[in-house]
Amino acid sequence: MVVAEIRIELKQGVADPEGQNTRKALELLGFKGIKGVRSIKFFEVELDAPAEEAKKQCEEMCRRLLANPVIQKFKITVK
Amino acid sequence: MKPNEIKVCVLRIEGTNCEEETAAAFAIVGASPEKVHLKQLLHQCPKEMRRDLEDYHVLAVPGGFAAGDYVRAGAILAARMKSALSKELKAFVEKEKPIIGICNGFQVLVELGMLPAFEAAISKEPQAALYTNDSARFECIPTLLKNENNGKCVFTRNLPKGKVVMFPSAHGEGKLMFSSEHERDYLNLLEKNDQVVFRFVGPDGSYAGYPWTPNGAISSIGGICNPAGNVLGLMPHPERVVNRITHPDWTRSGLDPSGEGDGRVVFQSAIDHVIGKG
Repeated sequence: MVVAEIRIELKQGVADPEGQNTRKALELLGFKGIKGVRSIKFFEVELDAPAEEAKKQCEEMCRRLLANPVIQKFKITVK
Repeated sequence: MKPNEIKVCVLRIEGTNCEEETAAAFAIVGASPEKVHLKQLLHQCPKEMRRDLEDYHVLAVPGGFAAGDYVRAGAILAARMKSALSKELKAFVEKEKPIIGICNGFQVLVELGMLPAFEAAISKEPQAALYTNDSARFECIPTLLKNENNGKCVFTRNLPKGKVVMFPSAHGEGKLMFSSEHERDYLNLLEKNDQVVFRFVGPDGSYAGYPWTPNGAISSIGGICNPAGNVLGLMPHPERVVNRITHPDWTRSGLDPSGEGDGRVVFQSAIDHVIGKG
Protein backbone atom coordinates (compact mmCIF):
# COMPACT_ATOMS: atom_id res chain seq x y z
CA MET A 1 0.00 0.00 0.00
CA VAL A 2 1.18 3.54 -0.75
CA VAL A 3 0.03 6.89 0.61
CA ALA A 4 -0.44 9.70 -1.88
CA GLU A 5 -0.41 13.26 -0.63
CA ILE A 6 -2.40 15.59 -2.86
CA ARG A 7 -1.93 19.30 -2.39
CA ILE A 8 -4.48 21.56 -4.08
CA GLU A 9 -3.67 25.24 -4.17
CA LEU A 10 -4.87 28.33 -5.96
CA LYS A 11 -3.03 29.35 -9.10
CA GLN A 12 -0.79 32.39 -8.99
CA GLY A 13 -2.88 35.56 -9.18
CA VAL A 14 -6.16 34.05 -7.95
CA ALA A 15 -7.43 35.98 -4.94
CA ASP A 16 -7.62 33.96 -1.73
CA PRO A 17 -10.32 35.51 0.51
CA GLU A 18 -10.02 32.68 3.02
CA GLY A 19 -6.27 33.22 3.39
CA GLN A 20 -6.67 37.00 3.60
CA ASN A 21 -9.39 36.75 6.23
CA THR A 22 -7.39 34.24 8.24
CA ARG A 23 -4.45 36.63 8.18
CA LYS A 24 -6.70 39.44 9.41
CA ALA A 25 -8.03 37.24 12.21
CA LEU A 26 -4.53 36.20 13.26
CA GLU A 27 -3.45 39.84 13.36
CA LEU A 28 -6.51 40.67 15.45
CA LEU A 29 -5.36 37.97 17.87
CA GLY A 30 -2.12 39.88 18.23
CA PHE A 31 0.22 37.90 15.96
CA LYS A 32 2.79 40.22 14.41
CA GLY A 33 5.00 40.05 11.34
CA ILE A 34 2.68 37.92 9.22
CA LYS A 35 3.76 38.35 5.60
CA GLY A 36 0.96 36.29 4.08
CA VAL A 37 -1.47 33.43 4.66
CA ARG A 38 -2.57 31.07 1.90
CA SER A 39 -5.34 28.50 2.17
CA ILE A 40 -4.35 25.11 0.76
CA LYS A 41 -6.33 21.90 0.59
CA PHE A 42 -4.61 18.64 1.38
CA PHE A 43 -5.84 15.10 0.75
CA GLU A 44 -4.16 11.91 1.84
CA VAL A 45 -5.20 8.95 -0.30
CA GLU A 46 -4.26 5.41 0.65
CA LEU A 47 -3.96 3.22 -2.41
CA ASP A 48 -3.32 -0.40 -3.05
CA ALA A 49 -1.19 0.10 -6.17
CA PRO A 50 2.46 0.47 -7.19
CA ALA A 51 3.79 4.02 -6.77
CA GLU A 52 3.80 4.88 -10.48
CA GLU A 53 0.24 3.61 -10.97
CA ALA A 54 -0.91 5.37 -7.79
CA LYS A 55 0.41 8.68 -9.08
CA LYS A 56 -1.41 8.25 -12.37
CA GLN A 57 -4.64 7.44 -10.57
CA CYS A 58 -4.28 10.50 -8.34
CA GLU A 59 -3.69 12.73 -11.37
CA GLU A 60 -6.94 11.42 -12.81
CA MET A 61 -8.69 12.05 -9.46
CA CYS A 62 -7.50 15.65 -9.59
CA ARG A 63 -8.69 16.10 -13.15
CA ARG A 64 -12.09 14.54 -12.52
CA LEU A 65 -12.92 15.88 -9.08
CA LEU A 66 -10.32 17.27 -6.73
CA ALA A 67 -9.13 20.35 -8.65
CA ASN A 68 -10.79 22.90 -10.91
CA PRO A 69 -8.07 23.81 -13.44
CA VAL A 70 -9.55 27.29 -13.90
CA ILE A 71 -8.36 28.40 -10.47
CA GLN A 72 -6.39 25.55 -8.92
CA LYS A 73 -3.21 23.53 -9.43
CA PHE A 74 -2.25 20.28 -7.80
CA LYS A 75 0.87 18.48 -6.64
CA ILE A 76 1.02 14.77 -5.88
CA THR A 77 3.64 13.08 -3.70
CA VAL A 78 3.54 9.31 -3.35
CA LYS A 79 5.13 7.86 -0.21
CA MET B 1 -48.91 20.33 -25.44
CA LYS B 2 -50.61 21.43 -22.22
CA PRO B 3 -48.55 22.83 -19.29
CA ASN B 4 -49.42 19.88 -17.04
CA GLU B 5 -47.98 17.49 -19.64
CA ILE B 6 -44.56 19.07 -19.16
CA LYS B 7 -42.54 16.82 -16.88
CA VAL B 8 -39.87 18.55 -14.84
CA CYS B 9 -37.10 16.55 -13.18
CA VAL B 10 -35.97 18.33 -10.02
CA LEU B 11 -32.75 16.52 -9.22
CA ARG B 12 -31.82 15.82 -5.63
CA ILE B 13 -29.09 14.01 -3.75
CA GLU B 14 -27.91 14.17 -0.17
CA GLY B 15 -27.44 17.84 0.71
CA THR B 16 -29.65 19.52 -1.90
CA ASN B 17 -32.21 21.56 0.04
CA CYS B 18 -34.14 23.76 -2.39
CA GLU B 19 -35.93 20.99 -4.28
CA GLU B 20 -39.28 21.68 -2.54
CA GLU B 21 -39.40 25.35 -3.58
CA THR B 22 -38.06 24.60 -7.05
CA ALA B 23 -40.69 21.93 -7.64
CA ALA B 24 -43.38 24.25 -6.21
CA ALA B 25 -42.30 27.02 -8.60
CA PHE B 26 -42.77 24.74 -11.60
CA ALA B 27 -46.12 23.51 -10.20
CA ILE B 28 -47.37 27.10 -9.81
CA VAL B 29 -46.85 27.74 -13.53
CA GLY B 30 -48.81 24.57 -14.30
CA ALA B 31 -46.08 22.03 -15.04
CA SER B 32 -45.71 18.58 -13.47
CA PRO B 33 -42.52 18.55 -11.41
CA GLU B 34 -41.07 15.47 -9.73
CA LYS B 35 -38.27 15.39 -7.20
CA VAL B 36 -35.95 12.71 -8.49
CA HIS B 37 -32.94 11.32 -6.66
CA LEU B 38 -29.80 10.87 -8.76
CA LYS B 39 -29.86 7.15 -7.93
CA GLN B 40 -33.30 6.89 -9.57
CA LEU B 41 -31.79 8.16 -12.83
CA LEU B 42 -28.88 5.74 -12.44
CA HIS B 43 -31.31 2.86 -11.73
CA GLN B 44 -29.60 2.15 -8.42
CA CYS B 45 -32.96 1.65 -6.74
CA PRO B 46 -36.00 -0.66 -6.75
CA LYS B 47 -37.46 -1.14 -10.22
CA GLU B 48 -40.64 0.87 -9.63
CA MET B 49 -38.59 3.92 -8.60
CA ARG B 50 -36.39 3.96 -11.69
CA ARG B 51 -36.59 7.03 -13.89
CA ASP B 52 -35.01 8.02 -17.21
CA LEU B 53 -33.81 11.55 -17.89
CA GLU B 54 -35.02 11.41 -21.49
CA ASP B 55 -38.65 11.14 -20.29
CA TYR B 56 -38.54 14.66 -18.87
CA HIS B 57 -38.94 17.96 -20.70
CA VAL B 58 -37.09 20.15 -18.20
CA LEU B 59 -34.23 19.47 -15.78
CA ALA B 60 -33.70 21.58 -12.65
CA VAL B 61 -30.65 21.30 -10.42
CA PRO B 62 -31.74 23.00 -7.20
CA GLY B 63 -29.82 24.90 -4.56
CA GLY B 64 -28.38 23.54 -1.37
CA PHE B 65 -25.13 21.90 -0.41
CA ALA B 66 -25.02 18.80 -2.60
CA ALA B 67 -22.78 16.14 -1.05
CA GLY B 68 -21.95 18.60 1.72
CA ASP B 69 -20.15 20.94 -0.72
CA TYR B 70 -17.05 18.90 0.07
CA VAL B 71 -14.01 19.30 -2.22
CA ARG B 72 -15.62 22.38 -3.89
CA ALA B 73 -19.23 23.53 -4.05
CA GLY B 74 -21.08 21.36 -6.57
CA ALA B 75 -18.00 19.33 -7.52
CA ILE B 76 -19.08 15.93 -6.22
CA LEU B 77 -22.58 15.96 -7.76
CA ALA B 78 -21.05 17.25 -11.01
CA ALA B 79 -18.46 14.45 -11.06
CA ARG B 80 -21.12 11.81 -10.37
CA MET B 81 -23.39 13.17 -13.10
CA LYS B 82 -20.53 13.44 -15.55
CA SER B 83 -19.31 9.91 -14.97
CA ALA B 84 -22.71 8.20 -15.13
CA LEU B 85 -25.10 10.46 -17.05
CA SER B 86 -22.95 12.20 -19.65
CA LYS B 87 -24.68 10.64 -22.64
CA GLU B 88 -28.17 11.42 -21.37
CA LEU B 89 -27.23 14.97 -20.39
CA LYS B 90 -25.60 15.61 -23.76
CA ALA B 91 -28.74 14.40 -25.54
CA PHE B 92 -30.91 16.57 -23.25
CA VAL B 93 -28.87 19.68 -24.09
CA GLU B 94 -28.71 18.90 -27.80
CA LYS B 95 -32.49 18.49 -27.97
CA GLU B 96 -32.56 22.03 -26.56
CA LYS B 97 -34.64 21.01 -23.56
CA PRO B 98 -34.44 23.62 -20.79
CA ILE B 99 -32.02 23.02 -17.90
CA ILE B 100 -31.77 25.38 -14.96
CA GLY B 101 -29.18 25.34 -12.19
CA ILE B 102 -29.91 27.59 -9.25
CA CYS B 103 -27.18 28.56 -6.77
CA ASN B 104 -25.57 25.21 -5.90
CA GLY B 105 -27.16 23.94 -9.13
CA PHE B 106 -25.27 26.65 -11.05
CA GLN B 107 -22.05 25.52 -9.34
CA VAL B 108 -22.84 21.95 -10.45
CA LEU B 109 -23.42 22.98 -14.09
CA VAL B 110 -20.16 24.96 -14.15
CA GLU B 111 -18.15 22.12 -12.59
CA LEU B 112 -19.78 19.71 -15.04
CA GLY B 113 -18.75 21.84 -18.01
CA MET B 114 -22.35 22.51 -19.11
CA LEU B 115 -21.80 26.23 -18.57
CA PRO B 116 -20.50 28.31 -20.24
CA ALA B 117 -19.91 25.36 -22.62
CA PHE B 118 -18.44 27.48 -25.41
CA GLU B 119 -17.45 24.63 -27.72
CA ALA B 120 -19.60 21.63 -26.83
CA ALA B 121 -22.72 20.68 -24.86
CA ILE B 122 -20.43 19.49 -22.09
CA SER B 123 -16.84 20.70 -22.06
CA LYS B 124 -14.14 18.21 -21.10
CA GLU B 125 -12.92 20.38 -18.25
CA PRO B 126 -14.63 23.26 -16.43
CA GLN B 127 -14.22 26.55 -18.30
CA ALA B 128 -15.20 28.69 -15.32
CA ALA B 129 -15.30 28.54 -11.55
CA LEU B 130 -17.67 29.80 -8.89
CA TYR B 131 -15.29 30.54 -6.09
CA THR B 132 -15.41 31.95 -2.55
CA ASN B 133 -17.08 35.37 -2.32
CA ASP B 134 -14.66 38.28 -2.04
CA SER B 135 -16.04 38.93 1.44
CA ALA B 136 -15.13 35.31 2.42
CA ARG B 137 -18.60 35.16 3.99
CA PHE B 138 -21.89 33.48 3.23
CA GLU B 139 -23.93 36.36 1.78
CA CYS B 140 -27.67 36.10 2.36
CA ILE B 141 -29.40 39.22 1.02
CA PRO B 142 -32.03 40.39 -1.45
CA THR B 143 -30.23 41.16 -4.72
CA LEU B 144 -31.31 43.14 -7.76
CA LEU B 145 -30.69 41.67 -11.20
CA LYS B 146 -30.95 43.26 -14.59
CA ASN B 147 -32.01 41.12 -17.52
CA GLU B 148 -29.12 41.56 -19.95
CA ASN B 149 -30.17 38.91 -22.42
CA ASN B 150 -31.25 39.70 -25.97
CA GLY B 151 -33.59 36.71 -26.24
CA LYS B 152 -31.25 33.72 -26.41
CA CYS B 153 -32.06 32.36 -22.96
CA VAL B 154 -35.32 30.38 -22.85
CA PHE B 155 -35.81 31.15 -19.14
CA THR B 156 -36.01 34.93 -19.58
CA ARG B 157 -37.89 35.33 -22.84
CA ASN B 158 -40.98 36.69 -21.05
CA LEU B 159 -38.87 39.24 -19.21
CA PRO B 160 -38.20 42.50 -21.07
CA LYS B 161 -34.54 43.30 -21.65
CA GLY B 162 -33.25 45.78 -19.10
CA LYS B 163 -35.93 44.96 -16.56
CA VAL B 164 -34.67 44.75 -12.97
CA VAL B 165 -35.96 41.98 -10.73
CA MET B 166 -35.31 41.02 -7.12
CA PHE B 167 -34.16 37.48 -6.44
CA PRO B 168 -32.60 36.69 -3.05
CA SER B 169 -29.00 35.52 -2.94
CA ALA B 170 -27.70 33.07 -0.37
CA HIS B 171 -24.27 31.68 -1.11
CA GLY B 172 -20.68 31.56 0.03
CA GLU B 173 -19.14 30.62 -3.29
CA GLY B 174 -20.68 32.63 -6.11
CA LYS B 175 -17.82 34.59 -7.60
CA LEU B 176 -17.82 33.77 -11.29
CA MET B 177 -14.25 33.52 -12.50
CA PHE B 178 -12.35 32.55 -15.63
CA SER B 179 -8.69 31.63 -15.78
CA SER B 180 -6.59 34.78 -16.10
CA GLU B 181 -5.29 33.82 -19.57
CA HIS B 182 -8.85 33.46 -20.95
CA GLU B 183 -10.65 36.11 -18.92
CA ARG B 184 -10.94 38.78 -21.60
CA ASP B 185 -11.69 36.35 -24.44
CA TYR B 186 -14.34 34.45 -22.49
CA LEU B 187 -16.05 37.64 -21.37
CA ASN B 188 -16.15 38.83 -24.99
CA LEU B 189 -17.45 35.45 -26.07
CA LEU B 190 -20.24 35.55 -23.47
CA GLU B 191 -21.33 38.94 -24.81
CA LYS B 192 -20.98 37.93 -28.45
CA ASN B 193 -23.00 34.72 -27.97
CA ASP B 194 -25.69 36.50 -25.90
CA GLN B 195 -24.83 34.25 -22.94
CA VAL B 196 -24.94 36.92 -20.23
CA VAL B 197 -28.40 36.64 -18.67
CA PHE B 198 -28.32 38.59 -15.41
CA ARG B 199 -26.03 41.20 -13.92
CA PHE B 200 -26.25 42.43 -10.35
CA VAL B 201 -27.23 46.10 -10.12
CA GLY B 202 -27.84 48.71 -7.43
CA PRO B 203 -31.19 50.32 -6.59
CA ASP B 204 -30.77 52.88 -9.40
CA GLY B 205 -30.30 50.10 -11.96
CA SER B 206 -26.61 50.76 -12.58
CA TYR B 207 -23.86 48.17 -12.21
CA ALA B 208 -22.61 48.25 -8.66
CA GLY B 209 -20.02 46.54 -6.50
CA TYR B 210 -20.40 45.05 -3.05
CA PRO B 211 -22.91 44.56 -1.49
CA TRP B 212 -25.11 44.84 -4.57
CA THR B 213 -22.85 42.34 -6.28
CA PRO B 214 -22.57 40.11 -3.23
CA ASN B 215 -19.73 37.89 -4.42
CA GLY B 216 -17.29 39.92 -6.55
CA ALA B 217 -18.20 38.09 -9.77
CA ILE B 218 -16.47 39.18 -12.94
CA SER B 219 -18.39 41.99 -14.66
CA SER B 220 -21.10 41.68 -11.93
CA ILE B 221 -22.50 38.60 -13.67
CA GLY B 222 -25.18 36.73 -11.71
CA GLY B 223 -26.40 34.32 -14.38
CA ILE B 224 -25.25 32.91 -17.72
CA CYS B 225 -26.69 30.55 -20.32
CA ASN B 226 -25.06 28.21 -22.83
CA PRO B 227 -24.62 29.31 -26.47
CA ALA B 228 -27.94 27.65 -27.45
CA GLY B 229 -29.79 29.42 -24.63
CA ASN B 230 -31.47 26.35 -23.14
CA VAL B 231 -29.14 25.92 -20.14
CA LEU B 232 -29.28 28.66 -17.50
CA GLY B 233 -27.25 28.92 -14.33
CA LEU B 234 -27.72 31.69 -11.80
CA MET B 235 -26.59 32.29 -8.23
CA PRO B 236 -29.73 34.04 -6.85
CA HIS B 237 -32.94 32.14 -6.13
CA PRO B 238 -35.95 32.94 -8.36
CA GLU B 239 -37.87 30.00 -6.83
CA ARG B 240 -37.96 31.84 -3.50
CA VAL B 241 -39.96 34.72 -4.97
CA VAL B 242 -42.63 33.17 -7.19
CA ASN B 243 -45.25 34.84 -4.95
CA ARG B 244 -45.23 38.51 -3.96
CA ILE B 245 -45.76 37.60 -0.32
CA THR B 246 -42.27 36.13 -0.09
CA HIS B 247 -40.65 39.39 -1.23
CA PRO B 248 -39.02 41.02 1.81
CA ASP B 249 -40.75 44.34 1.04
CA TRP B 250 -44.26 42.99 0.45
CA THR B 251 -45.80 45.04 3.25
CA ARG B 252 -44.12 48.24 2.04
CA SER B 253 -44.34 47.90 -1.72
CA GLY B 254 -48.12 48.34 -1.88
CA LEU B 255 -48.24 45.49 -4.39
CA ASP B 256 -50.90 42.80 -4.05
CA PRO B 257 -49.41 40.18 -1.69
CA SER B 258 -51.33 37.43 -3.45
CA GLY B 259 -49.85 38.46 -6.79
CA GLU B 260 -46.91 37.12 -8.76
CA GLY B 261 -43.42 37.46 -7.42
CA ASP B 262 -40.43 38.47 -9.56
CA GLY B 263 -39.14 34.91 -9.91
CA ARG B 264 -42.18 33.38 -11.54
CA VAL B 265 -41.26 34.66 -15.00
CA VAL B 266 -38.20 32.36 -15.10
CA PHE B 267 -40.32 29.21 -14.76
CA GLN B 268 -43.17 30.54 -16.90
CA SER B 269 -40.78 31.38 -19.75
CA ALA B 270 -39.35 27.85 -19.78
CA ILE B 271 -42.81 26.27 -19.80
CA ASP B 272 -44.00 28.61 -22.57
CA HIS B 273 -40.89 27.68 -24.55
CA VAL B 274 -41.59 23.95 -24.22
CA ILE B 275 -45.25 24.48 -25.20
CA GLY B 276 -44.14 26.59 -28.16
CA LYS B 277 -41.85 23.84 -29.37
CA GLY B 278 -44.82 21.45 -29.29
